[in-house]
Amino acid sequence: MKKLFSKITILTLLLLAVAGCSAESDATQDSGTEDGQITLDYFTFTPGEAHEEDLKKMIEEFESQNPTIKINYEMAAFDDYFTKLQTRLAGGDAPDTFELNYENFVNYASKGALKELDSLIKEDSDFSPDQLNQQAYEAFQHDGKQYGMVESFSNVVMFYNKDLFDEAGVDYPAADWTWDEELAAAEKLTDQKEGIWGTYAPFQFWEFYKTIAQNGGAVLNEDKTEATVNSPENIEALQWMADKVNKYEVTPSDESMSGQSDSDLFLNGKVAMLRTGIWMMDSFKEADFNWDIALEPGNTQKAHHFFANGLAVSKDSEHPEAAWKWLKFMSASEEAAQIRIDSSWELPAVSNDALVQDYIDQTPPESREVVFEALDTLVVPPVIEDWNKLTDAFTQELDQVKLGDKSPEEALNDLQPTIQKLISE
Amino acid sequence: MVGDKGVKKFLVICLFLLPNFAGFIFFIGIPIFASFGLSFTEWDLISDPSWIGLENYKALLHDEEFKSALVHTLYFIVGYLPLVMTGALAIALILNKKIKGRVFFRAAYFVPVITSWVAVSLIWKWLFNPTYGLINYGLSLIGVAGPAWLQDPTWAMPAIILTSVWKDLGFVMVIYLAGLQGISPTFYEAADMDGASPTQKFRHITLPLLSSTTFFVLIISLINSFQVFDQVMIMTGGGPAGSTSVLVERIYKHAFEYYEMGYASAVSWVLFFIIFIVTVVQMKFQKRWVDYGN
Repeated sequence: MKKLFSKITILTLLLLAVAGCSAESDATQDSGTEDGQITLDYFTFTPGEAHEEDLKKMIEEFESQNPTIKINYEMAAFDDYFTKLQTRLAGGDAPDTFELNYENFVNYASKGALKELDSLIKEDSDFSPDQLNQQAYEAFQHDGKQYGMVESFSNVVMFYNKDLFDEAGVDYPAADWTWDEELAAAEKLTDQKEGIWGTYAPFQFWEFYKTIAQNGGAVLNEDKTEATVNSPENIEALQWMADKVNKYEVTPSDESMSGQSDSDLFLNGKVAMLRTGIWMMDSFKEADFNWDIALEPGNTQKAHHFFANGLAVSKDSEHPEAAWKWLKFMSASEEAAQIRIDSSWELPAVSNDALVQDYIDQTPPESREVVFEALDTLVVPPVIEDWNKLTDAFTQELDQVKLGDKSPEEALNDLQPTIQKLISE
Repeated sequence: MVGDKGVKKFLVICLFLLPNFAGFIFFIGIPIFASFGLSFTEWDLISDPSWIGLENYKALLHDEEFKSALVHTLYFIVGYLPLVMTGALAIALILNKKIKGRVFFRAAYFVPVITSWVAVSLIWKWLFNPTYGLINYGLSLIGVAGPAWLQDPTWAMPAIILTSVWKDLGFVMVIYLAGLQGISPTFYEAADMDGASPTQKFRHITLPLLSSTTFFVLIISLINSFQVFDQVMIMTGGGPAGSTSVLVERIYKHAFEYYEMGYASAVSWVLFFIIFIVTVVQMKFQKRWVDYGN
């Protein structure tokens, strides 16, 4: 008994000692000011498994350019990323630099969790904002100040199956198409017997805020003080989304899709026109038919999604200068941009013509330049502080429209006071 | 007793309890007290918590989503409890007989219990698929057009109830089996001599002597079903159109999607008091029907 007792005591002490050691080595790594070496934490979600090697290449390149800085990266899946990040911030253990998508950027910037970059940008003679795509660069401003650096962006365009168009004898989608032309083409392309559908767009909030913009509508007024959810433009646009499924039957319902994703349908040649993100281009390469992309048809005006990811510096970081170098490298350097393009990761936000040409020259699709043309009519999500509540509220009501339990007008009328309350709180 | 030996023995006991107890204190005990304090604050994890008194609790009273989550939770309980308890008792009665392959069946019914909720939820999601799912295929064979289950607000909750009953059946069954084996055969022998029918034996011997088991199962299952979460999160995420949102799902949403730690803590404490009161009431009424066999 006594022996066991002492053994356990020793074991416990050993464990504590080991824990103590590792904690200590962590601490030295963190401050790491010996011999001028700086270790920067970088927390990221965009690489995933597919692009971890590409991230390593970028880090290698950066470290060879800046021998005194070492990047200590940590990855998390998108679903867990923001919970983890928020918890680390709450625990006073914020990573020096981390990734934010546009929606969350607004939230973090407005809560004062990010370091303002304007003075660092001004002091840096090597960097000027015109090295970057302007819309993408300005997306990471808050109250007129720069709090983040865009690294990559993506958008949504219309993919179409050329073979199906040829078979049905329909002209390919043109840049000046409106919903009417799209519907006319979709009705000719739909072949219920073969299970082929004319056009598809998801029935959810992201699609909704873009579709209403194509009809001149918006969720909020310009300075985000008033909800404009149940405007006639919005009701008409939502009606159009529902009619494609129920009235014109050119878009499959959830039931007729029964678990298949829209990209599966497209890849199997079962849908002629599909609104989806340019991130799908890589997997559509394996399609056994010809396809291309076009601008989305609008009703009264054009509108295209815009999704951006950027890097930000924690307000508590002890190494803001080193952090800025890392941000600048990831955002504006040709090396990082080249790695992104070569690996079909996301589209770098650099304005370097040669690099952009490299991207455009890749096929399929032939009309890759559409990706950049779509940027002229971009809509950003109506981000507010209670962003997740807003999307949940919309999801609930849009679900009911999709199920036919509510008319578009009823659903949007019910949403109006809810959203108004969210922005006035 | 209180000699040197006693003290030593006490210390040894403490040492053995320490690993578990330390974990309890740090990961459960302290957070519980912290959450009580936090329920009076507004905290988004980034800025510092600010004291707002009873505001969270006041807001709860007017929170329509909280109310509907409470109703959905009660709906779940009303559907789930009777099914899992009578189902498990029926299976336990059969598997308590000397039938062929009963060891196999006992194990088979227990397998879902030790399977993770994630795996179970994903499998049942496929089974419930409206077009390709096995369940609607089975229904079509007898001429019934099955509903869209998880995509249909009317049928989503019944689908979740069914899945939960299937998973928990084995656990309740094992407890009932233990209870059944604790009943002395002499009661049945005496009843046989008096010429009692099987129904009479079940009604007057088995049920009363199982009442302490039933009481235990009832309390445990009720507490668990107030906390229903995993299957909802994976199978429907609270949808469609909010028809399966339940209390713990609300807590999760407020804490980790809306980052309202204070409000989430308040909902947690309200849930705690609901469970506490229900359990106290059950304890009070147990004297009327629970028999511990003296």
